[in-house]
Amino acid sequence: MPDPAMSAQPKSDPHPLIRMQAIRKSYFSGDIETPVLHGIDLTIERGEFVAIMGQSGSGKSTLMNILGCLDTPTSGTFNLDGAEAAQLSDNDLAAVRNRTIGFVFQGFNLLKRMPLVDNVALPLLYAGVSMREARERAMKKLALTGLGTFGKRLPNQISGGQQQRVAISRALVCDPALILADEPTGNLDTTTSQEIMELFTRLNREQRITILIVTHEPDVARYATRLVRLKDGLVTYDGPVAGAHF
Amino acid sequence: MGIWQVMIEAFRAMGMNRLRAGLTMLGIIIGVGAVVLMLAIGESVRGDINQRITAMGSNLFIVFPGSSTANGVRAGRGAAQTLTQADAQALAGIENVEYSAPIIQQPFQVAAGNNNWNAMVYGVTPEYFSIKAWDTEAGSLFGDIEMRSLSRVAVLGRTTAQNLFGDMNPVGQTVRIRNKPFEVIGVLADKGSDLGGGDQDDAVFVPLATARQQVIRTWFPGSVNLIMVQAARADRMKDVEQDIVQTLRIRHRIREDQEDDFTVRDLSAIAEAAQGIATMLTLLLGAIGSISLVVGGIGIMNIMLVSVTERTREIGIRMAIGAKRRDVLLQFLTEAVVICVCGGAIGIALAYAGGLAVSRFSPLAVEISSFAIAIAFSFSAMVGVFFGFYPARRAAGLKPVEALRYE
Repeated sequence: MPDPAMSAQPKSDPHPLIRMQAIRKSYFSGDIETPVLHGIDLTIERGEFVAIMGQSGSGKSTLMNILGCLDTPTSGTFNLDGAEAAQLSDNDLAAVRNRTIGFVFQGFNLLKRMPLVDNVALPLLYAGVSMREARERAMKKLALTGLGTFGKRLPNQISGGQQQRVAISRALVCDPALILADEPTGNLDTTTSQEIMELFTRLNREQRITILIVTHEPDVARYATRLVRLKDGLVTYDGPVAGAHF
Repeated sequence: MGIWQVMIEAFRAMGMNRLRAGLTMLGIIIGVGAVVLMLAIGESVRGDINQRITAMGSNLFIVFPGSSTANGVRAGRGAAQTLTQADAQALAGIENVEYSAPIIQQPFQVAAGNNNWNAMVYGVTPEYFSIKAWDTEAGSLFGDIEMRSLSRVAVLGRTTAQNLFGDMNPVGQTVRIRNKPFEVIGVLADKGSDLGGGDQDDAVFVPLATARQQVIRTWFPGSVNLIMVQAARADRMKDVEQDIVQTLRIRHRIREDQEDDFTVRDLSAIAEAAQGIATMLTLLLGAIGSISLVVGGIGIMNIMLVSVTERTREIGIRMAIGAKRRDVLLQFLTEAVVICVCGGAIGIALAYAGGLAVSRFSPLAVEISSFAIAIAFSFSAMVGVFFGFYPARRAAGLKPVEALRYE
């Protein structure tokens, strides 16, 4: 049953941040093909706050990996920020992950032997920024997420919510156009989840950063403005969060 | 990412797992320590041999008389008394000859007070001591004056002096050779054993003319047992040898179709052989050390592979935030090299300590050369690169999405 909201696409902007057309992805185990994505069309404009929902096995993680340039589609075209992902080399993709995208993971994924400031500064070091400048900029981003005095601590010395804030600081440090958050509240309690989601909302509103969140919690999805629902590798709903059923 | 940053990260990674890093390093420590110490020991053995060769006299020829044939029986070399003091003088005139020293010798029982001792008695000229670069540790040598005046003076080797006089200072004392008294005017410095193992210090030296007249009976006046000839330059040995042969053939009136009645032996050939053995020994010891270094390197490779597997997730995270394959490769390679270079430094320190210990408890004077240190250091860095490369490339070859998913 096609949703009426789908026909409202596409919008008029000729250069959206993300444009996916007929994206298919299959995993191969020997000769056995396991299709995961069956042809996804998705366009996301700059400044949007999108939640992607779906049950496990719906392909949302796979979609996320393709969006994050961590994985490549089997077929279809994926245009990110004006560049055709299929034509980028490994090094180009690394540069895109470094500068255009900021990742936030469910498990925070901080490097545990590094002080927080160095964790946040790491993407800048890979971008070729000097240590001193990278640390200064990292401290600014830590302050932005409310952890300005935590720079010298190690990840295991702070709470989960704080760790996720550090991860968000790290995602922000190269001033990316897009933040990809994969179940960012999955390991957090309700109160902390709310704080994190409010932080995302603030970043989206104040800094006009495009935010894409994968979640299976309706409470989290409600912070977004647009909802994309996946089922069995296909988009079953794409429209405003306001009118969606959860 | 700058190389300093990568180094800091490498040290951090080592700090995370100190025991493992330490044990890995131990392999390199032992390897580098073994290489450095073995090379140093080999080098000191070579130095020791060189010293003995120099003590024997360098660029040296020994001219023996040929064999004699009497009644159809050919006697051994030296049986004929064909060499003379005049031959020696003639040889001294050859171009590039530094010294020519005629020698007569015969073993005697030498007595001093109530002690007696069997020693070789040599009749030599002062040139003999120059060739051997031999000086006295007490008293003095005899010179031309003693030679001409037929003085009954003797210079004792250390061993002989010890056995005849014990702790007493022999200088000024008298020794009796063939019941003729000789005044001891000097005791020679310790020379040690020659390459054949004979004790060079067990000898009594008297002026050649005195020896000939009063002690040693020779075949005919002027004949000598052998002549030592020292060339001035090592690269002229061949020319000098030819000239010696030529001069002696002319002097002995040997026709072209006749054989030499003397033998010239080039002692530098013996020296070369000994040095060759020493070089082989150094190589052998170095090879043994290298094997342990390679084993240590394999240990590094092993641990780095484990480390790459363990830190797959970390690699995934780094790739997700923008690390290029090159960055990951460099990171793991640097870790391996840092472990190797740290291990190398400690290994060199241990080898140094080991060298001091060997010098103290054995006759060898082991010295760790800066050359050996440089070799070991660069070698250990190379081991790091060589054995770190495969694991590092494996890390760099991981797919970001799979690395991130790794639990």
